[in-house]
Amino acid sequence: MLWDWQFAFSILPQILAALKITISATFAGFLLALILGMLFMFLSRSRVQPVSVVVKWLVQFIRNTPLLVQLYFVFYVFPELGVSLSPFTAGVIGLGIHYSTYLSEVFRSGIDAVPKGQWEACRALNFTRSQTWWKIIIPQGIPPVIPVIGNYLISMFKDTPLLSAITLVEILQTAKIIGSGTFRYLESFTIVGVLFFLLSYPASKLVKYMENRWNPRY
Amino acid sequence: MTQTAQPMVQYSKVSKSYGDLKVLKQIDFEIGKGEKVVLIGPSGSGKTTLARLLMTLERPDSGTITVDGTPLWHEMVKGKLVKAGEKHLRKMRGNIGMVFQHFNLFPNMTVLKNVMEAPVSVLKTSKDEAREKAEAMLDRIGLLDKANSYPAKLSGGQKQRVAIARALVMNPRIMIFDEPTSALDPELVGEVLDVIKSIADNEEMTMLLITHEMDFALDIADRVAFFDGGTIVEQGPPQKIFYEPESPRLKAFLRRFSRSGLRSGGE
Repeated sequence: MLWDWQFAFSILPQILAALKITISATFAGFLLALILGMLFMFLSRSRVQPVSVVVKWLVQFIRNTPLLVQLYFVFYVFPELGVSLSPFTAGVIGLGIHYSTYLSEVFRSGIDAVPKGQWEACRALNFTRSQTWWKIIIPQGIPPVIPVIGNYLISMFKDTPLLSAITLVEILQTAKIIGSGTFRYLESFTIVGVLFFLLSYPASKLVKYMENRWNPRY
Repeated sequence: MTQTAQPMVQYSKVSKSYGDLKVLKQIDFEIGKGEKVVLIGPSGSGKTTLARLLMTLERPDSGTITVDGTPLWHEMVKGKLVKAGEKHLRKMRGNIGMVFQHFNLFPNMTVLKNVMEAPVSVLKTSKDEAREKAEAMLDRIGLLDKANSYPAKLSGGQKQRVAIARALVMNPRIMIFDEPTSALDPELVGEVLDVIKSIADNEEMTMLLITHEMDFALDIADRVAFFDGGTIVEQGPPQKIFYEPESPRLKAFLRRFSRSGLRSGGE
């Protein structure tokens, strides 16, 4: 089986078009993961015992089950409960919830690293809880963990091919469709792999750069 | 230095435990208006906890604390005394300021912003007015030229002076100093004690100071209270406590600081 350049270039536009789906699923999923991750972090610190216990258990459960299983659940099981979702929406929700559990742990470790004295100084100066969080704690706690969060973004990007299992036509699925139509798999899968590399590698370099620039920060 | 009929702070049968450890045992203690009280004692004796309860950093297990006649940790709701809610605590907290052993400056803000932030956010002072007051306060402690620096660039003594400015700019009626110089290199202690002395020169300021600087306590204290094992063992004027101690435990504690070794205020 020899590499056919002409064939490779002919299928490139189709794959690149699907890349848009891959990238938008990544960003939408990550946005959801960030928001839910913050929410889970706050709730796990709640002084209302039942809330923090339930949230902690939920986070552990989702972290310790495979993303693929969760995607199947959202796409195939939810309709039986009356909620029918498109592959894109189901994919974004599955990615978002799954990664929010990792991010909530990351946020928590960042916040826990802020010295207790900062909380006490805020109380002594009579800041409200909200002011304490947004002016003092989060600006200190979050920047050091941004590189870790960046790595999770890259991870999520590389997980998007899983969404082909719930019929989303992103780049992997596109490659499979081309392959089964032309019986040429070499070029399509190679292009998909190279595209992932071309985006992931510089991104991971950027994350490394951020890590060196921001740690130590103070 | 005047002591009027109603004390500024009154602890009544205050107890606090951490798990099995009883840190404060049924403490009765008063601080008069404008009085400067120094707490001394070995670590774990309860003096820091006493201060922290006043600053509402911890809740007493039992007993009451009143500030200028008003209960701190309790409030009157429909004629009944109940555990105070956050609103009441915030109202009371406005009267009290605290300076910590490890400064606790906000590293993500400049010195000026550290001093301005609370007046703007909490007292709702305008930014211009807050800036003016902050600059005046920094000038008073000799750190105006560091206004735009970040705390990381300051020495320990400078950080602590900024921390004092930050607390003072909120106009508290009671200032608490929890071992303000214990974390400083010896040559930096004097500049901080000078600032605290200038605060003590204000007759109206009620001060609670926890320190091992005995010379300084002799200089500014109206009363010294010796804590040990969760109770006040002995209290009285500094001259008496340091030079005519009565209880054996106080004598043993003072022996660690021999007469010639009493640390001087700096220079």
